[in-house]
Amino acid sequence: MKKPYQSLEVNSIYNMKQVIHRKLSSNNLGLSLIFLLTFSISLFAQEGDPVVGKSLFNANCIACHKLDKKMTGPALRNVEARLAEEEGLDREWLYKWIKNSAGMIKSGDAYANKIYKEYNGAAMSAFPTLTNADIDNILAYTATEAPAPVPVETNVTGGGATSTGGGISNKLLLGALGLLFALLAGALYLVNQTLRRFADAKGVALPEVTKRTPIWKAFVQNQFLVFVTVIALMLASAYFVYGYFMQVGVDQGYEPVQPIHYSHRIHAGDNGIDCKYCHSSARVSKHSGIPSLNVCMNCHKSIYEVAPETQQEGLAEYGVDYNAEIKKLYKAVGWDDAEQKYTGETSPVKWIRIHNLPDFAYFNHSQHVVVGGIECQTCHGPVEEMEIMYQHAPLTMGWCINCHRETNVKVKDNAYYTKIHEQLAKKYGKEDFTAAQMGGLECGKCHY
Amino acid sequence: MSSNKKYWKSVEELKDSSIVETLKQNEFVQEIPTDEFLGDKDTLEASSTTRRDFLKYVGFSTAAASLAACEGPVVKSIPYVVQPDRIIPGVANYYATTIANGFDFASVLVKTREGRPIKIENNTLAKTNGHANARVNASVLDLYDSLRVQGPKKGGKAISWSEFDAETTQALNSLKDSGKQIVLLTQTYASPSTSKLVAEFTEKYGNVNHVVYDAISESAALDAYQAMYGERGLANYDFSKAMTIVSVGADFLGDWQGGGFDSGYSKMRIPTNGKMSRHIQFESNMSLSGANADKRVPLTPTQQKLALAQLHSLIVGGSVNANDLPARIKEAVQKAASELVKAGSNGVLVTGIQDVNAQTVALEINKALGSKAFDPKTPIKTRQGNNKAVQTLISDMKSGKVGAIIMSGVNPLYTLPNANDFAEGLKNTTLSVAFTSKEDETAAAVQYIAAAPHYLESWGDVELKKGHFALMQPTIRPLFDTRQFQDALLKWNGNDVALNDYIKSTWKDTILNGSSYNQALHDGVFSSTTTVETASEDVEQDETPAGNAARALATSATGKGVELTLYSKIGMGDGQQANNPWLQEFPDPITRTSWDNYLTVSKSDAEAWNLVNTNDATGALNGSYVNLKVGKAELKNVPVIIQPGQAKGSVGLAFGYGRTAGLKDEMKTGVNAFALYNDFDTVQNVSIEPATGMHEFACVQLQNTLMGRGDIIKETTLEIFNTYDKEDHKHGWNKIPVVSLNHEETPVTSPEVDLWDEFDRSIGHHFNLSIDLNACTGCGACVIACHAENNVPVVGKEEIRRSRDMHWLRIDRYYSSEETFAEDDAKKEGFSGLFGDNGSLGGFGELEDPADNPQVAFQPVMCQHCNHAPCETVCPVAATAHGRQGQNHMAYNRCVGTRYCANNCPYKVRRFNWFLYNGNDEFDYHMNNDLGRMVINPDVTVRSRGVMEKCSMCIQKTQKTILDAKRDGREIKDGEFQTACSAACSNGAMVFGDINDKDSKVAKLLKDDRMYHLLESVGTKPNVQYHTKVRNTKEA
Repeated sequence: MKKPYQSLEVNSIYNMKQVIHRKLSSNNLGLSLIFLLTFSISLFAQEGDPVVGKSLFNANCIACHKLDKKMTGPALRNVEARLAEEEGLDREWLYKWIKNSAGMIKSGDAYANKIYKEYNGAAMSAFPTLTNADIDNILAYTATEAPAPVPVETNVTGGGATSTGGGISNKLLLGALGLLFALLAGALYLVNQTLRRFADAKGVALPEVTKRTPIWKAFVQNQFLVFVTVIALMLASAYFVYGYFMQVGVDQGYEPVQPIHYSHRIHAGDNGIDCKYCHSSARVSKHSGIPSLNVCMNCHKSIYEVAPETQQEGLAEYGVDYNAEIKKLYKAVGWDDAEQKYTGETSPVKWIRIHNLPDFAYFNHSQHVVVGGIECQTCHGPVEEMEIMYQHAPLTMGWCINCHRETNVKVKDNAYYTKIHEQLAKKYGKEDFTAAQMGGLECGKCHY
Repeated sequence: MSSNKKYWKSVEELKDSSIVETLKQNEFVQEIPTDEFLGDKDTLEASSTTRRDFLKYVGFSTAAASLAACEGPVVKSIPYVVQPDRIIPGVANYYATTIANGFDFASVLVKTREGRPIKIENNTLAKTNGHANARVNASVLDLYDSLRVQGPKKGGKAISWSEFDAETTQALNSLKDSGKQIVLLTQTYASPSTSKLVAEFTEKYGNVNHVVYDAISESAALDAYQAMYGERGLANYDFSKAMTIVSVGADFLGDWQGGGFDSGYSKMRIPTNGKMSRHIQFESNMSLSGANADKRVPLTPTQQKLALAQLHSLIVGGSVNANDLPARIKEAVQKAASELVKAGSNGVLVTGIQDVNAQTVALEINKALGSKAFDPKTPIKTRQGNNKAVQTLISDMKSGKVGAIIMSGVNPLYTLPNANDFAEGLKNTTLSVAFTSKEDETAAAVQYIAAAPHYLESWGDVELKKGHFALMQPTIRPLFDTRQFQDALLKWNGNDVALNDYIKSTWKDTILNGSSYNQALHDGVFSSTTTVETASEDVEQDETPAGNAARALATSATGKGVELTLYSKIGMGDGQQANNPWLQEFPDPITRTSWDNYLTVSKSDAEAWNLVNTNDATGALNGSYVNLKVGKAELKNVPVIIQPGQAKGSVGLAFGYGRTAGLKDEMKTGVNAFALYNDFDTVQNVSIEPATGMHEFACVQLQNTLMGRGDIIKETTLEIFNTYDKEDHKHGWNKIPVVSLNHEETPVTSPEVDLWDEFDRSIGHHFNLSIDLNACTGCGACVIACHAENNVPVVGKEEIRRSRDMHWLRIDRYYSSEETFAEDDAKKEGFSGLFGDNGSLGGFGELEDPADNPQVAFQPVMCQHCNHAPCETVCPVAATAHGRQGQNHMAYNRCVGTRYCANNCPYKVRRFNWFLYNGNDEFDYHMNNDLGRMVINPDVTVRSRGVMEKCSMCIQKTQKTILDAKRDGREIKDGEFQTACSAACSNGAMVFGDINDKDSKVAKLLKDDRMYHLLESVGTKPNVQYHTKVRNTKEA
């Protein structure tokens, strides 16, 4: 028994060695690459630190520039080499341009004006705070090679298959068990039959079962029982009918499929964007407002795709291609991502409204959000965890009233309430008053 | 023993009449048409639907409908792609603009929601004619008229604007040297930039003739003013500076000379420091001004002329002899003259007689008095029509001298008495264009219909009065493919400038004098301070010796037979808004009749001519028909209303009705009085002959008198008001009613006699609405404002006739049965016994009839928001409940429609939705189409069938004011709280506010001596206050 074990050990060592060898070779390759790169950079000037450059790039440039994609400004991968090659411009020119592009344009520099025109007169903001060393670092970062594209696992269907596979195995198990029971029952029946036949054959008299009144007959004959049962049945059905009717028109948990898969989880949760950044009219209006698409484009002009991990998560967990959803937004708002400009062809998004109050109920967001200082989550639930928005609260009148009974009116630091609160406090000898006590239960406050 | 007694129900039955027997056998008086239905065997048998199938379908569809009802609908929300900065869904924006439709000119504030104008409000920055009357308030609905012309048309077919431009420009160019006229026939624009554009157009095309045409002409007054002051305009009057007002046939509280004089008038009608103005009215029709007058003298138009001439001789001097006047009138004229002379510069005289001499006389009298209210230096510019020019134009057209006619804002084929001549002339032109928003009578006869936008979609400017300008700006993008007349002028002039830039540069060059244009646009008004110093005194050369005009006036007064006075109703004006259901349903303040015009006839004339007004079984009013004949013109089947106060020998008929084109069938109401408007004279000799049949009127108020119930409208005279305490034992004019408690007289306001406990309402807001009966002229702007604010439905003539009107706010009008209301009260007090001379049986019958020349009182009534509301206690489902802020709430979604509340309401202010009034083809008004529904206020529920509704005291507005203050963290100032009616009332008659704010105006009004509550004796403790009407009856 020992030998195979040994051989196994040997094998593994061998393998390890192989790995080491591979690693080494790739390291060499990388090193030589860096060497090559640094060499090529040093051809132009002193080299910068690409790591520092990356953080500088992310802090200053990323709003308008990507390395490999034309955005508000041009793509910057190997910008220095490109400029030197195509335009014959050196790093000094770049220093000047970055520090004061407007000055360059004014001075009549040919390429400065050309690029200014190419980007529709969108002037690059000046960065006088960046030192030459900083710019060196950034340029070093821009000169790094593009990483090989990460192979995106497209195992959506695979994932689906495994989950359905699990379902099948469960069913198989249950089926097998059911079959077993059926076989057992059949066997018992057969045994019983056989025994009876034996008994018959041997002339054993089986004891007669005395015929008693069947239970249903007894039940029918007992009028009291019938009466009680009928009452109970009626009560039970009334209970269920009432329950059924009371939920008519209550759409708690309503989670329709929207034309664009918009994830509140990513926006409000992961990225921590304030609700009122997009739903800004909640501060001033009765409507919280569905944000207009220009609000989306404030960020999505530069966020044209999600991080690879997010994309993968979306595909794996929610079966949604986030990047395709961003494309839907671009189509709706008429944004040509390649050309970085609006086409003017818009197709407004027809969202499906989730929170529907009836027309006869007046609700004002600003009253609750600004005056009452109530968190959005109080009524809308954990929006920051919702992949797809759903109706959290029942939105029934009872639900409204309940909150009005429990919530104290925020009177502090509001000059409107000063006098009223003073008078009330004097009259009732207490400090806190619920919305209900301040008249928040009157019909006409919401129904007019 | 059997009885031989015979019981009988009627004399007929006793006599054993056969009719009774037949009736007894017939359960239904009228035959039920069952045979008609079932007798048609063929149809019944040919039907493929058997009875069983029918039941199956019914059962299935009921089940399906109830199942479907359990499924909620999917609601889609579509946000903006790029949201405009200024628009926040749910927040209203306001824009200042100006209406200038040729008849109404006013600076207004437009409320828009989500980009849709939904309401017109007063622009308080406007100092001149800045108030919106009922028609202006309703004008927002015209924007959403489903019958608007949606694009340019040629011969009934839609064309494009480029085709229109090419063809019209070619036609105009070809006419340039042909020697034929190019005529611009327009409404009064009073617009500096339009005048400039027309001048440029004239320069380019040469033989251009600009004719200004007012449908209802003020030409006589314009001519008189021009002759005296050398400028075409109308003298301005500020009635807030007049203590004695004499009007001879001028309805200056209505549409006289452009209207807008009532806010000044009302200021002096409120007795302050024991003083108020005195108003004497000489007139033939009962007008709003007459109804408000302290003394009203009914007289025929001819007598008016004589009276005016004599007033002139008595005040200015002269020798006009007015012996033809009856002694009664002569005396009244003499008294009026002496009062005017006594008042001196505090007096003012106005006249509405369409006669240059009469207008000259009025100007002379005011000049002689040195009247402070008379302001000839800042003439009103909003009427510029010229009768002569219009008549010349028609004859020119007929003789073929006119090559092209371009019309804008006018509808001559409807408004001209000689419309046939005009139509004939129109055929002789090579180019005819009408800028119009409707396919009206004129549009049907022209080659090109140029679709014109509504004023809320337009740019423009107006010089309302000399030196007082207003700007018009669009408040919505054009709904249709329309173009303004001014824009077209720019195109024809070959000017590529946008109209708003053109106006801007015109203003910068000539008007603003360095002030900011943006500020002027924001304010909507601009008053120039520099141009006032024009030396009009120099022109003031009165060449004719004084008295000539008066003599000429007296000699021209030769009216014979019955005289017809044509007038404009406050609800319809000149008829251009005839397709506006709000205005059609607006009850006339005097006759309380909606959906009609009619001939007003005095009681004695009606008796003489055998004309009757009767009430049918439902109480609805019916009236006889007559045929009218003026010269050759004839109007058939004009319904008659017997009008108390109508001068004997005179009749009246309103303009604006009888439209035939460009409006829905439901709106084709009344007869066209313009057909009788010969020579633009509102007074015509008319012959009347009765016609057969009875007309069905839609009146919202059928009782005409108060029957001596002086506690509904309390009123007194200035003398008593100044002399006695309100609780004075004998002369008390505002006593609190008392009830007996333990045999002691206790005021009903005392808590001891109250059934209910009092709630403490001293904390927070407590709203009160105050209505001053002295300041209210009955103009009805509040009624339409309420309509617009609260989505009040229009129900149509038939339903109004059944007393199912839905107005939340009504203005009750009462006539006195005796000469005065005080005499009514005295008469009622004097009843003793049932029969005899002072018997109540006959006496009450007499009290029902209004006097020949009655006193008139207006009383706006809406829900009184009683603190102890009778409606609340009877609601079985608690759908109506009281709020602690004083408002009586109405929860529509809770109401099951028992109507107990309406029956228990002592004020009859609750309205029941007998039908679904929106989205229902049976009620094909604005709420039945998507366009019309755009006017709906999104903050107020649209009520459904079977629920009760009523005035909410604009709770949506008070709640908004409170919320705004809460959000800003500030206290609310007095004046911030408004209801739609109080905001619309520019006369100061309605004041709204919080009585817990002790410094507020309304809190002070509550303590006023004149304050009383409607039907105080009922003990309802209303939150609406009324202020006793005081009449200045003392003849000075």
